[in-house]
Amino acid sequence: MARAAVRRRLTWQVGTVAEVYDETATARTLVLDVPDWPGHLAGQHVDIRLTAPDGYRASRSYSIASMPSGDRVELTVERLDDGEVSPYLTQVLSPGDPLEIRGPVGGWFVWRPDQPGPVQLIAGGSGVVPLMAMLRTHAAAGSEAPVRMLYSVRRPAAVIYRDELARRSAAGELELTLAFTREAPADDPRPPGRVDADLVARVTWPPQASPISYVCGPTPFVETVADLLVTAGHDPATIRTERFGGSR
Amino acid sequence: MSADGPSYLDGNAAAGALSEVFAVDVTAAIGRCAGCGRTEAFGAAHLYTQAPGLVARCAGCDAVLLRVVTTRTETWLDLRGLTHLRIPTAE
Repeated sequence: MARAAVRRRLTWQVGTVAEVYDETATARTLVLDVPDWPGHLAGQHVDIRLTAPDGYRASRSYSIASMPSGDRVELTVERLDDGEVSPYLTQVLSPGDPLEIRGPVGGWFVWRPDQPGPVQLIAGGSGVVPLMAMLRTHAAAGSEAPVRMLYSVRRPAAVIYRDELARRSAAGELELTLAFTREAPADDPRPPGRVDADLVARVTWPPQASPISYVCGPTPFVETVADLLVTAGHDPATIRTERFGGSR
Repeated sequence: MSADGPSYLDGNAAAGALSEVFAVDVTAAIGRCAGCGRTEAFGAAHLYTQAPGLVARCAGCDAVLLRVVTTRTETWLDLRGLTHLRIPTAE
């Protein structure tokens, strides 16, 4: 299935919105029905295209949040108030609406269930979305690869998938660290602040564990974290990154 | 995107546009930069999208690896900066 998903030329097709639900005040999950969806790998993304009545088109890439499951594809979209596409996707689009989609694409920032070694997931903000697809796929496949996740987020209310992450963490599927940058809960021993070398050393796999690291978030975040990992001694070839800009 | 931070994405983000052209996933292919000789997955290149099309640059030396522009009727593909692309074959 995985090979079939990538070994063909792709073009735009039309999916239908089956459900929408809010994850946070600004992030919404779109559940799409896409006929003949070829399946996808955890970490892949799709392109979404909107066409205005005058023919103007805008397309953006969004990571897939769901594990492969039939014709259903879930995307979680963070609204950028000055965005061209995300306000429509998060505030206007409703169940029953059609949506142009191209994908799945990307074979680099992916996690496959047959990968044996430790997995280090590091998310900044809505960069958690493709990492969630990896966690869900990891659990569904019964993978025994140990997983640690470091999720940097502004404040508790902005944590996407909060309940599911807590549940999976409690079930021992991953070791989860939430790093709050602006406002932390009262019982959090760490004062709010950005991810730094000390935190990386305390809560992520050391280089000796030979993890594959997946880092996803805004470009400056990814830049910083990738540098921290390299400085900590990780081989750059084991660090996979997915940056996103402000144009989402 | 602010003007003071890095403004690029990863080669991953070109996967959709390139999937219109190639039957294989190019982002997992290993490319060799014609500028500095660095070999790396195309997905790890730096991708600039604030242009009429996409421009991928080497993460090591910043040389242009690939440009792709799609117009209403055609796709232009410029591969000047890649001396080769090593594409995994299906098992």
